[in-house]
Amino acid sequence: MTKLLLIGFKDLKLMFRDRAALILILLAPFLLTLGMGLVTGRFSGNSGSGISDIPIVIVNLDKASLGDALVEVFNSDDLAELVEPTLSDDPEAARRLVDEDEVTAAIIIPAGFTQSVIPQNGNNAANEEVKIEFYSNPSRPTSAGIIKAILDGFMSRLDEMRLSGMTSISQLIISGRISPQDANRAGEEMGARLQQAGDLSEATAIKLNASTSEGEAVEFDLLSYFAPSMALMFLMYTVSYGGRSILAEKAEGTLPRLLISPTNSLQVLGGKVFGIFLTGAAQMLILIGASTLFFQLRWGDPLSVLLLVLAAVFGATGWGMLITALARTPAQIGSVGSAVMLIFAMLGGSFVSLDNLPALVQTVGKITPNAWAMDGFTTLALGGPLSTLSTPLLALLTMGILLFLVSALLFGKKNLAQK
Amino acid sequence: MSNILESKNLAKSYGDFTAVKGITFDIKEGEIFSLLGPNGAGKTTTISMLSTLYAPTSGDATIGGHSVTKDPMAVKRVIGVVPQDLALYEDLTAKENLVFWGQMYGLGGKSLNSRVDEVLEQIGLTDKAKNRVKTYSGGMKRRVNIGVGLLHKPRLLFMDEPTVGIDPQSRRAILDTVKDLNKQGMTVLYTTHYMEEAAELSNRVGIIDHGELIALGTQDELTKQVGETETLTLHIGENEDPDALAKALNGVEGVQKADVTDHEVSVITADAKDILAAVVSKANERGIKIRSIDIREPNLEAVFLHLTGRALRD
Repeated sequence: MTKLLLIGFKDLKLMFRDRAALILILLAPFLLTLGMGLVTGRFSGNSGSGISDIPIVIVNLDKASLGDALVEVFNSDDLAELVEPTLSDDPEAARRLVDEDEVTAAIIIPAGFTQSVIPQNGNNAANEEVKIEFYSNPSRPTSAGIIKAILDGFMSRLDEMRLSGMTSISQLIISGRISPQDANRAGEEMGARLQQAGDLSEATAIKLNASTSEGEAVEFDLLSYFAPSMALMFLMYTVSYGGRSILAEKAEGTLPRLLISPTNSLQVLGGKVFGIFLTGAAQMLILIGASTLFFQLRWGDPLSVLLLVLAAVFGATGWGMLITALARTPAQIGSVGSAVMLIFAMLGGSFVSLDNLPALVQTVGKITPNAWAMDGFTTLALGGPLSTLSTPLLALLTMGILLFLVSALLFGKKNLAQK
Repeated sequence: MSNILESKNLAKSYGDFTAVKGITFDIKEGEIFSLLGPNGAGKTTTISMLSTLYAPTSGDATIGGHSVTKDPMAVKRVIGVVPQDLALYEDLTAKENLVFWGQMYGLGGKSLNSRVDEVLEQIGLTDKAKNRVKTYSGGMKRRVNIGVGLLHKPRLLFMDEPTVGIDPQSRRAILDTVKDLNKQGMTVLYTTHYMEEAAELSNRVGIIDHGELIALGTQDELTKQVGETETLTLHIGENEDPDALAKALNGVEGVQKADVTDHEVSVITADAKDILAAVVSKANERGIKIRSIDIREPNLEAVFLHLTGRALRD
């Protein structure tokens, strides 16, 4: 075990003495994050998301309480700086504005939307699903993603209310307090009371102003997205570079020399893998530290961030080992590793949020550590607790274990001793 | 003296190609044993099997009483290896390299530090111990490469062509180091394709060619195999053509073989004095100026030539 650790720490030391590698694993992601911050206005004194006055058009064909509530949400003081909504009566004209790049998105609230959620006047139309249309501009993925997040927040709160309302009415019927014939009337009254209480407009702020466990408001910061996405992209470079070092050591004779020493091959290979893991973790933690220091970025609960980093590095190291096990030369790892880095960055949402990508891409993206880790980092940046990380953590650990098993089988067929 | 190494029919094949064809030899405790042979003869493959890096296809060897196939970990503790190519971390300093490799051999704490200091002194790099290896000259790197093999004071040291590609001064230093280590009691298995090195260092020599051990014994024993031949070495000017001279000399009566090595022409003959005049005359005929002539007694080069019909460096 000691030798395994010694080999790992030796590799970490070597990595940090390689200037070219340092530029790629630390400087490049840091500068790209900085660039993203500058492009999005993050450093121009705007303490918000770096994006402001997002132009949207809302078409309210509902003309009823819920449609009005949604319009109110986008016109609220909370969103005054962020969103610049205009109203329209023509869905086609609204879509055209999006197509012509005049606005980021169109929100079209169909007629009967309120009726579909809260049946009124004995009209039992709640079973007919009436959906709000979100028509967005693909050339503005980030701001469209923010508007979508606000809309999703509204809708999820609405779902919660509908569910709790239905549950309450069911309980009232079961307990005999109201008759089934009175259920509609009770539902209408409950819906009206909830609307009056203003729950919906307050609820939408959750997406933008999520609360930490201390109750402190946390602003959604675009750099909270770009910093981890760039770090994760270059983490893939690090793990393939680390894998490359296994074949490079083989070619340079130090790996055979290790195998001649009283060190077994499991310790040697384990040490190399540990070195890759250690380097990846150091890279991520340094980038997180640097962005916290220089960009005042809030990553979320430190323990949760640490666990997520370790899990992400574990999953990524698995990929690094697989690439290494399949490659024959260090040069092959270099070229394949770079390609994988870029493909995973695209599939994993490092450039464009996965929410804005087609469903198929979102599904395929789940094979990347980037996607799961981004999910986790975004949740943490919005104030999510450790318990919300269970799915990404489990996915990353499973990914790592599976990839390590496959790589071990492939390495068994490789002759590491032969130069 | 007891045998520290016993190799029995050790063989290694790669598919249809047999790199080592079942070689049998032993090395006595305290001696310097050289495996002499041209490039590709199977020297490195033999050392790789003996050092447990490659599993033999057939046969076995024991080192310090431990089988290389059955108890490789015990063998690894007995041996030290200086590989043919540099096997160092160039971004680490010499001291960091020695500390790391010492740890891989189970050294630690104060004993590691004192041993590293001893080795640094032994290889003459104490003053530059904190410089990264990549800043060293080729000779200095070779010395660190040797130092790594010495850290754990192995009973048997394998040195695989340690002087390839270095300057004469460093080469001299390495040969002296080998002699010093042997004086201190270390047994050495030294592979080389330089006949002079084998002749200078070895108690016994094994001549290997095409994966076979074709001769084995002390230098006297080996040279007796070729009779009383002598070698004339002709040193010619830099602008002269040694190949043309060798070709011309191969036709001279009394010349058994004329061959070119490092811009010198070696002539094997039964009696050097008898052919000397004819050799000089032939060179004059070709307009080739001879700067000096050495006459040597029968040597390992002649043995190799006698056994294989080829010069050692062909």
